[in-house]
Amino acid sequence: MATTTLPVEVEKKIHEQEALITGAEAIAIACKLANVDVVTAYPIRPYDTVMQYISQLVADGEMDCEYIVAEGEHSQFEIVKHASICGARVFCGSSGVGWMYAMEALTVSPALRVPMVCMVGNRALDDPGAFGVEHNDALAVRDLGWLLTWVDNAQEALDTALIAYRVAEDRRMLVPLAISCDGAFLTHSQALVRIPAAEQVKQFLPRYDRGDLLLHPDNVISVAPQANEDWVMEIRRQNYAVTERACSVIREVYADFGRTFGRKYGNPFFEEYLTEDAEVVLLGMGTLSTRVRVAVRKLREQGKKVGFVRLRWFRPFAGPEIAKCLERFKAVGVIDRDFSFGSPNLSGVVATEVRSAMYTGASTRPPVLGFICGLGGREVTVHDVEKMTDIVFEAAKGVTQPLTQWIGLRG
Amino acid sequence: MCHATHDLKAGKENIMSTTFVDEKPTQNLEAFKGVKKVPHEEYYTSGHRTCQACESAQIMKLMAKAAGPRTIVLGATGCMYVANTSYYSTPWGVPWMHTQLGSAGSGALGVAAALRVQMRKGAMKDEPINVIAFCGDGGGADMGLNAISATLTHPDYNLLILMYDNESYANTDIQISGTSPYGANTSFSTPGKVKRIMHHRWKKNVAPLMIAGHPTCKYVGTISTSYPLQAMNNIRKALSIGGPTFIHCLNPCPKGWDFDPVLSFELGELAVNTGIWPLYEVENGNLHLYGKTKDIANGRFKRLPVRDYLLKQGRFAHFVEDDIEYFQSKIDEMWTKWLVPGVIPLQKEVEADDPPAR
Repeated sequence: MATTTLPVEVEKKIHEQEALITGAEAIAIACKLANVDVVTAYPIRPYDTVMQYISQLVADGEMDCEYIVAEGEHSQFEIVKHASICGARVFCGSSGVGWMYAMEALTVSPALRVPMVCMVGNRALDDPGAFGVEHNDALAVRDLGWLLTWVDNAQEALDTALIAYRVAEDRRMLVPLAISCDGAFLTHSQALVRIPAAEQVKQFLPRYDRGDLLLHPDNVISVAPQANEDWVMEIRRQNYAVTERACSVIREVYADFGRTFGRKYGNPFFEEYLTEDAEVVLLGMGTLSTRVRVAVRKLREQGKKVGFVRLRWFRPFAGPEIAKCLERFKAVGVIDRDFSFGSPNLSGVVATEVRSAMYTGASTRPPVLGFICGLGGREVTVHDVEKMTDIVFEAAKGVTQPLTQWIGLRG
Repeated sequence: MCHATHDLKAGKENIMSTTFVDEKPTQNLEAFKGVKKVPHEEYYTSGHRTCQACESAQIMKLMAKAAGPRTIVLGATGCMYVANTSYYSTPWGVPWMHTQLGSAGSGALGVAAALRVQMRKGAMKDEPINVIAFCGDGGGADMGLNAISATLTHPDYNLLILMYDNESYANTDIQISGTSPYGANTSFSTPGKVKRIMHHRWKKNVAPLMIAGHPTCKYVGTISTSYPLQAMNNIRKALSIGGPTFIHCLNPCPKGWDFDPVLSFELGELAVNTGIWPLYEVENGNLHLYGKTKDIANGRFKRLPVRDYLLKQGRFAHFVEDDIEYFQSKIDEMWTKWLVPGVIPLQKEVEADDPPAR
């Protein structure tokens, strides 16, 4: 009997598996597939389930890595920082104030050109203590040279983790990257996820090669000697150059991801939902998109032409593209699951960035309203979304609205 | 590699194989048998800008020489970072990296882990590479203490944390650290019109803290740059014994202690001969006092009065007779009351501490 070669698409299906897993587990599996070398753990909810899964993978012999439990987040991030400079592919993560405890290590990593990939299980910052999601933890590093992405479901978490290593370790980049997953809503929620075959991942993700920046006796270099006013500005400019290149590298890697795994994400930077004929749109990051989509469908049944833009990458912030996308609507409402006290218009971080992008990149500038919503893990309900949409429609009609409003607030 | 197999008493079946500690071989550096046997090659050379008679730079140089070319050095923030590695004029002949102030322990762990896993996976040539984190007393005894402590509990990784101790934050303008001696005049403890003694705390006893707290750590020791051959050989031993190790080195600092640079070497000797700075190693749990310290403990050498040491330094110039006596009484206590004289400050009977100034 003659053997026939199966089409590539069919081959992929054979080796791909499907499993009901959480967002954290999806990222743990991505780490296994990426053959990560050094993983550091420290407990804080809700990110830490990813480390529980990795610990199990190591114990079961499914993953070969140095799995180190640190004595605090500062050490957790410092360990992987140093390991990465010595050529190891690394993974770590944190949440809320744990992420802030690591801040010194987070600060120095972009300038050291460390491609560490981290998971942030977004959590409200203390005080008061709260487990629920808020985006201020990851956003705290937004000016330092980190790449920041927000994912919305477990499949995207797994895919983005693979993409993250390709982007971060690209010789043109070599900067740290944080994958933000909304605490509880994504870290602990299960969904059916397609897990690619190890061979496919190997093809997509070559071994991390630090080249002449490797700290090793065969490559005698001094890393980060003291430089003052004579050179610091030039060194900062090199990090700036990375951010200039970031969008094109990310676009390239998403295209290759689509070719390799057959799952195409379209525009990597943001996802549009029912925007084609929309008069107004809402914009937000992370898992709130589920509720927004439900609300948008409901509102459309009532004849209200509203759409939704989910921002996937916050750093780099695809300013010109976002401005071009948003300029065509009559009004825009930005839902911030964060705060930026004392900022212009007292808005959240995302609204402030969107307005900044619109000011220079848009030919017409519709009103951009800021909504602070869903803090501390409070749900962004369908009712909240309806309320925000109504406010945005009022603005579209020309009725002046406050630039920042808190939605879903008691009392 | 140490494999242990568990037998089930009932079925006598091998149910699983467990790897406890996966030890990697070290370079096994033998002691230099005399000064003339020490190699000429330097791995910490010109290009730095440390002070005249800087003993901290001296131990860094000896450390690099003792470790040799197959070494990675991490330098925690401190005077030995800022004064040593200026952009475009690095003095390092081995790979070197700046490490944050509190990261000597975590940094060394990260490097050792990266080397081990890449060698295991065949991504890097399999060979023993020395990993040394060099930190100051601020980085080691204050800010980085928890990271060093955690690292000393990891038996799988071969590394050395060398803490140079010039008893102050000497980079930032000489401020009190956890190892500054009682009463020292620093820029955070200058004597005033009302308070003569602004620094009341006794120096942290760092090496015994590491010994007592980390039972699986195979080597902890103290050294002094005034005994360079011994210092190099102890460093070589710490790098060869396997697992994480810790060395505490006292380094007289002309700028911070306020003395004529010509006295650097002599002050290092005086610190030992007065009993203020005991020299010892703890190797696999066994304590060996060495040098003059051993003679002091055996009663073969009578400790010199601390006055000889203190009055050569401007940082103690404000001391009155009571202060010197108090300082002497605390050193006497180390040698007469401590359960392990000079090392472990447990006492059978505790007496009231009565310093002359508050």
